[in-house]
Amino acid sequence: MQSKPPALKILDISSVLVLAIATYLALIYAPEEAVMGQVQRVFYFHIGTAWTGLLGFLFAAGLGIVYLVKQDIKWDIAGVAAVEISAVFFLITIMLGSIWARPIWNTWWTWDPRLTTAAITELIYIAYFMLREGIEDPDRRARFGAVYTLIGGISAPITFFAIRLFRTIHPVVIGGGDPNAQGTFAMTPHMEVAFFFGLFAFTVIFIDLFWNRIRMGQLAAKVEQLKLNLMH
Amino acid sequence: MFPLEAPPDTSAYMIAGYVIFFVIAAIYLISLLVRWRNLNQDMTTLEAIEKDNKRKAEKPSKEQKN
Repeated sequence: MQSKPPALKILDISSVLVLAIATYLALIYAPEEAVMGQVQRVFYFHIGTAWTGLLGFLFAAGLGIVYLVKQDIKWDIAGVAAVEISAVFFLITIMLGSIWARPIWNTWWTWDPRLTTAAITELIYIAYFMLREGIEDPDRRARFGAVYTLIGGISAPITFFAIRLFRTIHPVVIGGGDPNAQGTFAMTPHMEVAFFFGLFAFTVIFIDLFWNRIRMGQLAAKVEQLKLNLMH
Repeated sequence: MFPLEAPPDTSAYMIAGYVIFFVIAAIYLISLLVRWRNLNQDMTTLEAIEKDNKRKAEKPSKEQKN
């Protein structure tokens, strides 16, 4: 296997740096929120991981379309990478949201439209990996993955717009939300810096992980091909 | 005038949130490293088997020539 490209090494280091800066901005630089207290700081990573998670699912749907058009396995490898990283990020989003909800909503979980659509989205992509494992033929598996991510991708905009379309208690920090929402707050300029840098940091981390995961997928494809060659 | 109230102490939840973030991130990174290492080991083993098979396939043909 080829050694790591210098650009990827730089991206690895950049990811660690932006994560450290994002953590500093979220925990120290941003002021304490007046009503919710310290737990509001969870919001910066909650939104950052949700942003990359949902965009990653949409990106995977786009890669699925490219695979169906080009029929080249490299697009399937990229699709799997996007889904895997997004699923991890989105799991973190749900867990951070649950931790935030405990002191603010007085419950770990409620079947609110946003929480429900988020949970369904995560389950759709966990099922994606389970179902892929059941298909041995690499071409059939890739075709199935492409169609699945294409259909599954619909869940990402539904989750995003759930708090804008339905009656919900989930706050909408940017743009107007439901008046019944609990935990809404106005961002100060310092909070905005932490918020937007968080979005930037998680985008950089996603790109870095995506590249690394693609390299691993390429290696896995080579190993699989070698196994098939030896069997026949 | 309303009395100024201090915000509630929710720092334990904040700490829990960031601990969970870093723990899940670390588990994912470790899983990537472990999978990468295992794939490299598989690749080395399979390449060795392939070479061995090729050598075995060449040997009888040389013996036939002799």
